[in-house]
Amino acid sequence: MSILNRSKGPQSGHEGVAIAVENIVKKYGEFEAVKGVTFDVKEGEIFGLLGPNGAGKSTLIRMMTTLIPITSGKAFIAGYDVSKDADAARRTMGVIPQAMTSDIDLTVEENMSIYAKLYGVPRAERERNINELLEAVDLTKWRGAQVKTLSGGMRRRAEIARGLVHNPRIFFLDEPTTGLDPVSRVAVWEMLNMLKSRRQLTILITTHYMDEADRLCDRLAIVDHGNLVALDTPMALKSSVPGNNVVEAQFAKPPAGWVEQLRGLAGVESVQDEGGSMFRLLTSTGSQTTTGLVELAVHAGIEIKTLTVQNTSLDDVFVHYTGRQLRDEQVKAFGYVIPPRPGMQS
Amino acid sequence: MNRMFAIIEREMRKFFRSPTLMVTAMIMPLVQLIILGNAFGGKIQDARVAIVDEDHGTQAVRVQEAFRSVEANIRTFVAVPYTDEVRAREDVRQGRLEGAVIIPPQFSRRFYAGENPQLGMVVDNSDQFMASSVQTEMQSLVDSLNLPEATAKRISSDVALEIIELYPYVEYLKYLLPGAITLAMFVSVMIGGGMLYIDDKARGVHEGYLVTPITALEMVLGLNLAGAFKAIMAGCTLTILGSLIAGLGSSFQPGRILQWFLLICATSFAFNGMMFLLMVRVEDPLVPRAMFGILNTLLYFPSGAIYPVQAFPKWLRVISYVDPFSYAVHGLKATLLKEASWAAVTTDLLYLSLFGLISLALSVPLFKRTL
Repeated sequence: MSILNRSKGPQSGHEGVAIAVENIVKKYGEFEAVKGVTFDVKEGEIFGLLGPNGAGKSTLIRMMTTLIPITSGKAFIAGYDVSKDADAARRTMGVIPQAMTSDIDLTVEENMSIYAKLYGVPRAERERNINELLEAVDLTKWRGAQVKTLSGGMRRRAEIARGLVHNPRIFFLDEPTTGLDPVSRVAVWEMLNMLKSRRQLTILITTHYMDEADRLCDRLAIVDHGNLVALDTPMALKSSVPGNNVVEAQFAKPPAGWVEQLRGLAGVESVQDEGGSMFRLLTSTGSQTTTGLVELAVHAGIEIKTLTVQNTSLDDVFVHYTGRQLRDEQVKAFGYVIPPRPGMQS
Repeated sequence: MNRMFAIIEREMRKFFRSPTLMVTAMIMPLVQLIILGNAFGGKIQDARVAIVDEDHGTQAVRVQEAFRSVEANIRTFVAVPYTDEVRAREDVRQGRLEGAVIIPPQFSRRFYAGENPQLGMVVDNSDQFMASSVQTEMQSLVDSLNLPEATAKRISSDVALEIIELYPYVEYLKYLLPGAITLAMFVSVMIGGGMLYIDDKARGVHEGYLVTPITALEMVLGLNLAGAFKAIMAGCTLTILGSLIAGLGSSFQPGRILQWFLLICATSFAFNGMMFLLMVRVEDPLVPRAMFGILNTLLYFPSGAIYPVQAFPKWLRVISYVDPFSYAVHGLKATLLKEASWAAVTTDLLYLSLFGLISLALSVPLFKRTL
C-alpha cells in the first residue's frame, strides 16, 4: 500500500512518491537561501541532501517539515501540501533536527512518552512503541537514565527512537551523525537501515559527510548555494564524472608549465592545481597515469613528496558539479580541516 | 488539550528533577525579608552625641541629666562629654560622632532671665534618616525641658487627638513579607518563564515541539500554566516560611489560607502572562537576563512593597496603578497583616486575573508557530 493511500487525503497526486518538492524557494529579504529546487523522494528509499554548510540543506528540510514558511513553490509530504495542510503532514513524519532537542534532565523513556503524547498516540500503543523502539536502538536498559548521562552516540539513538514514537512513514534527519565518533556513526547508519526495512520508512537525511551519503543513501541530491546541482544514485553520480581514478601528487618544486605536462600523461582527463604544489589528476587508467607521472618526475629531476591513487569519490562529483571541493567548503565554514575518517574516500 | 498537558508534564518533570529554580527563586526574597526586615525595622539606638558644656550652670546640668535619662532608657543617644565645640564639629564631620549638642555660655543666666536661651545642635545631614531621628528625639527632649516642674490642677480645655491603632504594631519584617512573597513569584516567573523559556528556544527544544501537530494555543497555554504552577509553588512556600519567620500565626487559619492561595494563583497567572508576552518574540538568551534588573526595579519598588505608595510623586503613582505587583502586594497585605475580608481583596483578584487573561490573549497571535 502506498503512503498516499495510507495517509488519507493526499493532494499531490504523486503515486509512489513520499516527498514531492516543486520549485521551492526560500528568501530572507534579498538573500535567496533556496533557489527553486525540485525533486521527488520515492517511498521506501533513503534520500540524501549532500552539500557543504550553508548550501541550503537545512533550510530545505525545515521548509519540508513545516518549521519555516515557504517563500514560493510547493512541498508535499505523503501527499499533503505542507503550506495548506501542515498538521496532516506533521502527523505523517518524524523529524530529528540537527541540534539534540531531547530534554537532558528527563529520562529516555520520559522524552519518548512526552513526544508520543504531543502526537496524540493512545496509551497502549505508546507503551508498545516505546518498548519496541528502545529495543531496536539498543537502549532498553537505559530507558530510565537521564539523557544527560548518555554518550553522544546513545543520545542520537535516543533521539531517533523518539522521532519514530508515533509510527511515522517518513523520517527526516538533519545531519544525524554530526559530532559523533566513527564507531557511533557506523552504528547510526546500520540502525537507520534496519529501521527503514522493519518499519517501511522513507528517510530523507542531510549530510556533509561524503562517506555517509555514499554508504547510506539510495539516491543523492547535491545542493550548492541553494541550487540542486545533481541528483542520482551515488554510483551513477560517480560514473557521471570523467575518469575512474584520482591521482593526487605533491612535488618539491614543480616548474612552470607543469600542469600542461601532467595533462599530457596517458589517460588523464583533467588536472587541477590545488595549491601547495599539490596536483589532482582525474584519469581513466590510474596505474598507467601513475607510472607515467613517476617517469616524468624522474626525467625532470623533480622530487615527488606524496603520491596517492584512489577511485572516484563523491568529493570528485562535488568538484565536477560545483567547481570546488566539499572539504574546502568545510574548511571555510569551520576554519580547520576535518581529518579523514575510516572509509572516507577523498 | 492532551498536547497542552504533555507540555506541562515536561516542564514540571524538569522542574522537580532540577530544584535549582525553586531554591533560586526563594533565596533572594528570603534574604531580603530577613536582612531588610531586621535592618530597617528597629529604631535608632546608641547614636554618639557630644555634649559641649560651655555654660556649666544649673540649667546645663539639667540638660545633661535629661540626656542621661534618654541614654539609660530608650538609648537613642550615648552622651559623650566634650569641652571644645570646634573639636566636636570636626568629629561629627569625620563620622566619629552622629551629632553634637552645644550648651552655649550664659545659657543658665538667660534661662532665668527669661531670654529664651537656645541650645545648638550639629547633625550629619548626609544621613537623613539618622539626622531626622536625632532631631526628633532632641526636640522631644527640649519640649520636656520646657515643661513647668509642677503644674496646677485644673480642668483642661485643650483639644486632644486620640489615635486608635486598628492592628497590633506591625514590624517592618511583617510589612515586607507580602512584597517578599510577590518577589519570589516574580523571580520564579523571570527564571522559569523568561530565562529558561528562551534557553529552551535557543537549544532547539521548541523546534522539537514545532514539528508535532501541537497548536499555537496549546503550546502557549501549556507553557503559561506550567510557569504559573512553578510560581504558585514558590509563592506558597515563601508565604509559609515567611509567616513562620515573621510570627504571623493567622496566616494558617483555613479561610486565610484560601484567601492568600487564590491571590498567589492570580498573581502567578498575571506575572507569567506578562513575562510570556514580553518574551514571545525574543530569541537572544541574553535579553531576559538583561531585563531582570530593569523589570525588578520597575515593578517591585513602585508597588508599595517596601515604601507606601502614598509617598510617591504622581508620575510614580501611575506606574503603581498599572503594576500587577501593586495589586499582589496590596492583596497579600490585606490578607496577612490586616486579616481583611474578601471584599478587601476582590479588586486585587479581579485586576490580576484580568491582567493575566489580556496578556495571554495578546501572546497567542504573537506566538510564532514556525522558527
